[in-house]
Amino acid sequence: MDSVLLIYKGIYILAIFGISLLIATYSTYFERKIAAFIQDRVGPNRAGPMGLLQPLADAGKLFFKEEFIPAKANKMLFILGPGIAMLVAAMSSAVIPFGDTLIIGETSFDLIAIDVNIGILYIFGVVSLGVYGLMIGGWASNNKFSLLGAIRAASQNISYELAMGLSLIAVLMLSGSLSLKVIAEQQTGFNWNIWYQPLGFLIFLICAFAETNRTPFDLPESEAELIGGYHTEYSSMKLGMYLFAEYINIFVVSAVMATLYFGAYNFPFMENLRNAFDDPVLGNNVVTIIGVAVMFAKIFAFIFFFMWVRWTLPRFRYDQLMKLGWNILIPLAILNILLTGGGILLYEYFTKG
Amino acid sequence: MEPLSNRRKNVAQKEMTLSERMYLPAIAQGLGITIKHFFKKKATINYPEETRQRSDVWRGLHVLKRDENGAERCTACGLCAVACPAEAITMTAGERKKGEEHLYREEKYAVTYEVNMLRCIFCGLCEEACPKAAIFLQDDKLAPARYERDEFIYGKDRLVEPLKTTETK
Repeated sequence: MDSVLLIYKGIYILAIFGISLLIATYSTYFERKIAAFIQDRVGPNRAGPMGLLQPLADAGKLFFKEEFIPAKANKMLFILGPGIAMLVAAMSSAVIPFGDTLIIGETSFDLIAIDVNIGILYIFGVVSLGVYGLMIGGWASNNKFSLLGAIRAASQNISYELAMGLSLIAVLMLSGSLSLKVIAEQQTGFNWNIWYQPLGFLIFLICAFAETNRTPFDLPESEAELIGGYHTEYSSMKLGMYLFAEYINIFVVSAVMATLYFGAYNFPFMENLRNAFDDPVLGNNVVTIIGVAVMFAKIFAFIFFFMWVRWTLPRFRYDQLMKLGWNILIPLAILNILLTGGGILLYEYFTKG
Repeated sequence: MEPLSNRRKNVAQKEMTLSERMYLPAIAQGLGITIKHFFKKKATINYPEETRQRSDVWRGLHVLKRDENGAERCTACGLCAVACPAEAITMTAGERKKGEEHLYREEKYAVTYEVNMLRCIFCGLCEEACPKAAIFLQDDKLAPARYERDEFIYGKDRLVEPLKTTETK
């Protein structure tokens, strides 16, 4: 019994790892395609049908490029930087529930790699390690632009992680649990957290942009001012790893937002669908499979939104970024906590007397 | 100061309203504009597969025309070479022998006729100078890029209009 579960977990973890790599790969393609469409162009369309093999061509190109390490760079840290960025990005999708349970025979399989009761804390901890990748890379390059990019990355991530955590606390007050699985289960049907936490979601969304270093908060790698910031000196697949890690982070943050605010794998009328089947096992499995599809649809919608925003907004100035983070988002997040607390108290006063 | 024209506008730095300071309405507006472009018809012309429609008077690669019987019209009079401002055209004249009437229309013809495409400025003056309507600049072809300079000197082999097989005797 235990060995079945162990094998299942192994396969599941590999599958999630593969899926997140695949999504990151094709994010580069869709990024270019969406950029092109927004700018009235057609985008990559030469490699394969509709340019679908473009990511492979890009990866091949990156592999064959010269691996350049600057003479005065700290060699070990220089190689460690992209490694950490990539490792940490790939680790963070472990606690996200991509679906409910599948029942095969007598055993039920949870569609989640590790169900830890501190899921969201785990994600925060791992994601904030990601900034070490950028900092080490920027520092080891021994280049002023890289260092500036690294400093910007560090201070930006610290500033926005505060507001992000505070906006999250309001959700935790509603759910009473740190486990992403529990949070997902509480939002059955159409009872999504976004209806209770619109302000919190907005703050979380803005912070998510800053955490993943996406436009309008892509100051660490602003090519206009810093020639690429922390990855100025990187070439070949080490550069590829940094870019790849960014896309995996987008995928993970999209998944977290879908789980926390948009009901994860829940969709409207799922209970009606479940009860429509005579066989409860079959009903459960059908709902679960549709739920997985719904979850990925939500994730893709968020990834699209990330790209849509990137090709709409210009970059913030650094002082504007700091002002927005500390003077506006953090007070708003605290206000949101107060409002949520008041709301919960009122609700309990009127319902429980 | 006295205004020089009535176009002058007084600009004042107004205090931004709350909705302007929130930026979010403006961001939503911007996202609306970009998503509109997302679904717009694309401006791209996929070049090798599609080509842009050229103007009727567009001047491309030269062609030496044949007459209705398939004989070359050019008589090597040299007016095109004289008219050419870039001095791109050279030719040598020859006399038509007996039995070559189906090849050359007049008694004199061009043994060689060369246009240097690196010198040519595609002005079309040769076309205007020609009294026999022999040389034209096509509107659908252009001199392609090549690796060697020699390859840009187009001789009769590449300039003369190919024979239409149905009309040959």
